[in-house]
Amino acid sequence: MKIDIKIYKIIKDSGINFIVSVPCLLLKEILKIIDDKNEIIYLPVTREEEGVGIAAGAYLGGKKPAILIQNSGLGNSINAITSLLQYYDIPVIFFVSHRGEEEEPISAHKPMGKITETLLDDISIKFWNIHNSKDIFKIKIAIDYSDENKTSVAILLKRSLWSE
Amino acid sequence: MKRFDALKKIIDVIDDQYIVCNLGHTSKELYYLKDSPQNFYMMGSNGLSSSIALGIALTNPKLKVWCIDGAASLLMNLGSLSTISFANPLNLTLIVIDNGVYESTEDQKTHTNRKTKLDAIARAIGFESVFVINNREDIVPTFMELGTGCHFILIKTEPENADVPNISISSKSIKTRFMESISKSNK
Repeated sequence: MKIDIKIYKIIKDSGINFIVSVPCLLLKEILKIIDDKNEIIYLPVTREEEGVGIAAGAYLGGKKPAILIQNSGLGNSINAITSLLQYYDIPVIFFVSHRGEEEEPISAHKPMGKITETLLDDISIKFWNIHNSKDIFKIKIAIDYSDENKTSVAILLKRSLWSE
Repeated sequence: MKRFDALKKIIDVIDDQYIVCNLGHTSKELYYLKDSPQNFYMMGSNGLSSSIALGIALTNPKLKVWCIDGAASLLMNLGSLSTISFANPLNLTLIVIDNGVYESTEDQKTHTNRKTKLDAIARAIGFESVFVINNREDIVPTFMELGTGCHFILIKTEPENADVPNISISSKSIKTRFMESISKSNK
């Protein structure tokens, strides 16, 4: 089974039932599966911060939301994560493709790639690194942590996950 | 027309509905006029009220959801109009109050003072039901006319804040009571 469908199944089985996204080349297969399966309410958005707002609304409306974005978009979302999600205690699960590490062909991704984990530490968002298929069990751990603590978490999907 | 007077008319016609209200004086005035567990008051994240309202509307198609946004706030998150139009929830009305200034920070002018026309943007981005209200007496008749659909209503007001107290409930209580009322509505 391909990695993308495995991740989709974990998402589906965890009870996540609302997803917003901004595209990333690494996430393209997962996004296609989410769209094609049509089992989860799915909305592509224009910018990540907006997506955080919509996901927060979905939580207020009774759903369990996730957002699928690139780490560049995490930068666009910092204020919304702190002054909306954390200020109101609204948990959203972030699936973030981690661009800009080793093997990154587009050098513009490198500055954000380098600081992504520190940035998450700074805003007190607990994160789990997913490097390869052996790591994907951690996705459920991250989601369970979010459920138990009613807090947002990040799952950092590394480029190596797709090059096995 | 002052925003306070516009809000009075609005809450008369949209009784017992769900409202996401932009931060600053707009929320304070709504809180003073008619507090309700069904009001979600923004306190930070300027620009995101329409996005939050969209999330609520999409996940609760049987409920009527209203967003009371400000022009400057919407300008911060114009992409939201595109996403709302794309999703086209038939239970969401976006009310944008335009007083031409950033009133909470002492009246810096917004771009709507010059050439920016939010109603034209809303039409071009795909909203099929767009209204502009300049007079207080037009609020009730316009709102009474609204059927099922995704509406955009621009209300032009003068810059003036009402002298009302701060919101005295915590962000967490605002969230909890809002979610409880949605959950009750769905039973």
